[in-house]
Amino acid sequence: MAEMQVEDKGKKGKKPKQKKHATRVDLTPMVDLGFLLITFFMLTTSMLKPQTMELIVPTKDDVKEEDQNKVKASQAITVLLGKENRLYYYFGAQENGVDPELVLTDYSSNGIRQMLVKRNAEVVNNVNQLKLDKAAKKISEEDYNKKLSEYKAAKSAPTIMIKATDDSNYKNLVDILDEMNICSIARYAIVDITPYDLGLIDKKTPPAK
Amino acid sequence: MPKVKVPRKSTTVDMTAMCDVAFLLLTFFMLTSNFVAKEPIVVAIPASVAEIKIPERDIATVLIDKDGKVFFGLDTQQDRKELLKTLGLAFSVTPAFDEKELNEFSKISSSGVPIEKMHAFLALKPEARDSKDAAIGIPADSINNQFKEWMKNARKINPKLRLAIKADQQTPYKVIKRVMTTLQDIKENRYNLITSLKEVHK
Repeated sequence: MAEMQVEDKGKKGKKPKQKKHATRVDLTPMVDLGFLLITFFMLTTSMLKPQTMELIVPTKDDVKEEDQNKVKASQAITVLLGKENRLYYYFGAQENGVDPELVLTDYSSNGIRQMLVKRNAEVVNNVNQLKLDKAAKKISEEDYNKKLSEYKAAKSAPTIMIKATDDSNYKNLVDILDEMNICSIARYAIVDITPYDLGLIDKKTPPAK
Repeated sequence: MPKVKVPRKSTTVDMTAMCDVAFLLLTFFMLTSNFVAKEPIVVAIPASVAEIKIPERDIATVLIDKDGKVFFGLDTQQDRKELLKTLGLAFSVTPAFDEKELNEFSKISSSGVPIEKMHAFLALKPEARDSKDAAIGIPADSINNQFKEWMKNARKINPKLRLAIKADQQTPYKVIKRVMTTLQDIKENRYNLITSLKEVHK
């Protein structure tokens, strides 16, 4: 498709002119090539960087038996991750031989989140207000972070113990950690499950049909 | 009356503008791209609302698939080469890994082969390494915990290393716990769980 200049041979007797080459080059193949490479790069790149959730666990030597029991029963919530996406929780601990009531719930926003938000109402309200302030640019990033950790460390905030059974899966764990983030809970720990907790689940689970 | 002649227009279009656009886009993609690292297994990661982006450098990825196979990857070729060298010493593999094997290993972004099968694995053709049989996973149970050595040596090679765990949604918690306890044993108590983004439903 390159445009060629047709030589004018009409006039005789004149010196043959030097051929004038067209300066226009057909760019279609070049465009083809360009788009081919674009396609290649588009398909091989990962534009979206994955998100990550930071998790800090204590080293083994740091954890002492006494520390584990320090959690005040009145503020402790134990969350048990069961099989088939079942989720249980109970408040406090066994008192005078009376088992705490185990409640069956789920990972939806009407399930565990409602309970956590209710329990953590003060902090959640504070944090929400703080987020609004930040969105309205009333406070600086620095102040925001400072206040955020201040609010989260409030005395009234519950302490969550996450105990996963071997039948739960990784998604359950991430979901529950996510709930901690959503509900602005700063004090939580992943703890090994005890036979006592397993017993509670067994009692609660309806016998298999 | 003479017919009205429709003037013939040339069908050639000036491609210069199109070419400009194509190459502009090409440049953009070339500069912004970081290639998708090839992973030996397909992992469906869970979603979370966490918005922290994973850093680009100094990342060690622990891949866990839903059958509990563990894979380990470092982000630079230099580190990977170094890793295999130290691993060979740590497990006193005989014969020691030669230069060719080290180079082969450094090209694999994420690997999961027990150390005793490493020689055979590296002798395979690159295409054969992707097969299902080749993806065995690093032993990470209490009897034979090679994963611990991998992690320990990786940390020695690059002290700035940050740990990212990328596990399948359906991985049983048992496996995750095993990996976490192993990490706890060697005082790796800070790590990132890789997730995809989801919106908070109010």
